[in-house]
Amino acid sequence: MESCNCIDPQVPADDLLMKYQYISDFFIALAYFSIPLELIYFVKKSAVFPYRWVLVQFGAFIVLCGATHLINLWTFRIHSRTVAVVMTTAKVLTAVVSCATALMLVHIIPDLLSVKTRELFLKNKAAELDREMGLIRTQEETGRHVRMLTHEIRSTLDRHTILKTTLVELGRTLALEECALWMPTRTGLELQLSYTLRQQNPVGYTVPIHLPVINQVFSSNRAVKISPNCPVARLRPYAGQYMPGPVVAVRVPLLHLSNFQIYDWPEVSTRSYALMVLMLPSDSARQWHVHELELVEVVADQVAVALSHAAILEESMRARDQLMEQNVALDLARREAETAIRARNDFLAVMNHEMRTPMHAVIALSSLLQETDLTAEQRLMVETILKSSNLLATLINDVLDLSRLEDGSLQLETATFNLHSLFREVLNLIRPVASVKKLSLTSHLASDLPMHVIGDEKRLMQTILNVVGNAVKFSKKGCISITASIAKPESFRDARIPDFLPVPNDSHFYLQVQVEDSGSGINPQDIPKLFTKFAQNQSLITRNPAGSGLGLAICRRFVNLMEGHIWIESEGIGKGCTVTFIVKLGITDRSNDFKPPSLPKVLGNHGSTNFTRLKVLVMDDNGVSRSVTKGLLMHLGCDVTTASSSDECLRVVSLEHEVVFMDVCTGLDGYELAVRIHEKFLKHQDRPLIVALTGNTKKVTKENYMRVGMDGLILKPVSVDKMRGVLSELLERRVLFETV
Amino acid sequence: MYGVSQMQRQLAEYTSTLFEEGFLDDQFKQLQQLQDESNPEFVVEVVTLFFEDAERLLSELAKALGQENIDFKRVDAHVRQLKGSSSSIGAQRVQKVCIAFRNYCEEKNVEGCLKSLQEMKQECSMVKSKFETLFKMEQKLFAAEDSVTR
Repeated sequence: MESCNCIDPQVPADDLLMKYQYISDFFIALAYFSIPLELIYFVKKSAVFPYRWVLVQFGAFIVLCGATHLINLWTFRIHSRTVAVVMTTAKVLTAVVSCATALMLVHIIPDLLSVKTRELFLKNKAAELDREMGLIRTQEETGRHVRMLTHEIRSTLDRHTILKTTLVELGRTLALEECALWMPTRTGLELQLSYTLRQQNPVGYTVPIHLPVINQVFSSNRAVKISPNCPVARLRPYAGQYMPGPVVAVRVPLLHLSNFQIYDWPEVSTRSYALMVLMLPSDSARQWHVHELELVEVVADQVAVALSHAAILEESMRARDQLMEQNVALDLARREAETAIRARNDFLAVMNHEMRTPMHAVIALSSLLQETDLTAEQRLMVETILKSSNLLATLINDVLDLSRLEDGSLQLETATFNLHSLFREVLNLIRPVASVKKLSLTSHLASDLPMHVIGDEKRLMQTILNVVGNAVKFSKKGCISITASIAKPESFRDARIPDFLPVPNDSHFYLQVQVEDSGSGINPQDIPKLFTKFAQNQSLITRNPAGSGLGLAICRRFVNLMEGHIWIESEGIGKGCTVTFIVKLGITDRSNDFKPPSLPKVLGNHGSTNFTRLKVLVMDDNGVSRSVTKGLLMHLGCDVTTASSSDECLRVVSLEHEVVFMDVCTGLDGYELAVRIHEKFLKHQDRPLIVALTGNTKKVTKENYMRVGMDGLILKPVSVDKMRGVLSELLERRVLFETV
Repeated sequence: MYGVSQMQRQLAEYTSTLFEEGFLDDQFKQLQQLQDESNPEFVVEVVTLFFEDAERLLSELAKALGQENIDFKRVDAHVRQLKGSSSSIGAQRVQKVCIAFRNYCEEKNVEGCLKSLQEMKQECSMVKSKFETLFKMEQKLFAAEDSVTR
């Protein structure tokens, strides 16, 4: 054999096995060469690969393995020693690298594995986060639902809409099968099915309110899961064998206005609840989740508030409607009252002017007629006419007085007067009437009654006259006694009139007047009626037509104006009666201020009354006395026009004249002239005052002059001072009558 | 000076005698009060008016009473007028006569009326002369006062 360094494999070259090995090696080599290529390609592609040098190592290992296998291809035939050496080197290298790689992998593989673990971990985390996201989203959606629900519920103030909306929205949000509301009945002992979601008109099921399950729900403000079999949950007939869905019930507090106390939130104070029952679909596997329960609780609370708002609103609307109605009624009443007042004022105005003037004419002419020659029969007739017209005039005055009293427009005229002489005058006036009826009249004035007092003399006299007159009128026999004294506070403590204590002081005292009669008496029940206007006491037969029933009412008004009281006591029919009144009068100690009643004030020179430019008209047919009167008035500063006859006077008199002085010494012309002057100024409010001057003391009476319409009467002779006083009093009071 | 005050005293004395004798009464005093700067001749004017009136009335009365059938109503009317005038100026005695005259008229006493008429004439002339004296004295006094002050 040649000594070539060829290595000869022992196995013949053409063996099939050899062939297969040859092919396998080839492919292995190919694979081994391509793997690193792939690796490189993909690593280059990927951005992150921390272990490059491992790759390099691995690549080297692979390349060398491939090379080994490639070189192995040449060892199947006879091959030279170089090939064998190359082969061996390759193998050695490969062995080294692979060992190194193996060693390296010991370090690397745990790392790689931990990477894997971390990856797994992260994946789990991501999954968890996803889950949680899902939950949160669900919750947020729930919250949105709640807000929307609340909005829907609170956007209406109508009770039914609120409840219906609640059920609808809840049903939609939670995808409920059924949702129902049980409201307490009026008796409070049962719950009635009021609203349901699916059924249109719930038949009136009722359940007693004291079922344990209901108590359980009512006792807590949370949504409670209840059994689907309990009476409140059996809302619809469910067909089939399906398991009924889980049911939850929650209480809805029904709040009233009084529940909104600041310290007392509904928990504590509200007593009545409604029950809301919610049922999940029966064939789903859903369960009640916590967030759903929370949603239900929140909604229940909102519903409670919305319902109470609706209730409050209803209440206030009702109150407002009531107020509006009342307003309309009040307005109407006010307008009616105004119309009535206007009618009354018109009536009074008419009365005042229109009725008085013809009255004056009737009275004047009747009294004129009286003065002429008449037969006895005619005289009787004329007297009757006069009496009747006097009564009528009195009645008119009374009514006008009363209206002015009620208006509040009447004011008392306060002046100093003599109390004792007032009583004397009253007695003098009443005595004749009393003696005709054979009644005895006694009077007793207390010794401590002051002589001079300040008050409204005329009206006090009117009051006393009325009271005493009544006593006389209603007594057929017996005696009438008048007692006047100072009212003592002690006698009033028995509270006959509460709040009234007549306490005298330095400037005022309270006069008490008591009039007792032994006449027909009054039934105690009728006493309150006596002071009302126009109410005649029907049980008394009286032929005296002068009792219009106004007298006592006017007295009471006067007494009230004088800050006093008046009352009647009677034991009964036939036992007489006592009228007592108290009035407040002022005390004066200036007795030198005393003036006899009805005389004009003697003012002296300190009356700084200004009569300048006062236009007056003097009518006198006697030239001398005319010029004297004219001189007198001119001296006082008046602007005097004169007339010497009635005709001339009528021609000349005008509204510019404030006073007409008429000399009636010459007889009856004065009456007629006064009437004619009245007629001339019928339509005017401010006609001239008519004053008669006379020296005639015989036939003249104040009544005659008043009837004719004269405003004053003065006796001649008139001094300057007297005329001054007369003028000032006239201008102040519009009336002045001297006693003759 | 002496003259003025003496005249004043004389006037005052004369006036008071008139009052005492009943010729004049308070009404005359009132009349005097009415005389002032705006009306300086008031008293004189009124008194003059009175005497004119009185003369007229007296002649009317004489005529009326001189007739066959005396119209007492007319007579009474006249007398009333005179009474009014005299009381206006304060001629007291004249007024008294008038009252008596009126009474006679009511009684339709012709004799009485005639007698009263006579009385009245007398009284009127008396009081007229008294007034004239009074006014003359006043005038003299005023003239004297004026000359003194000037």
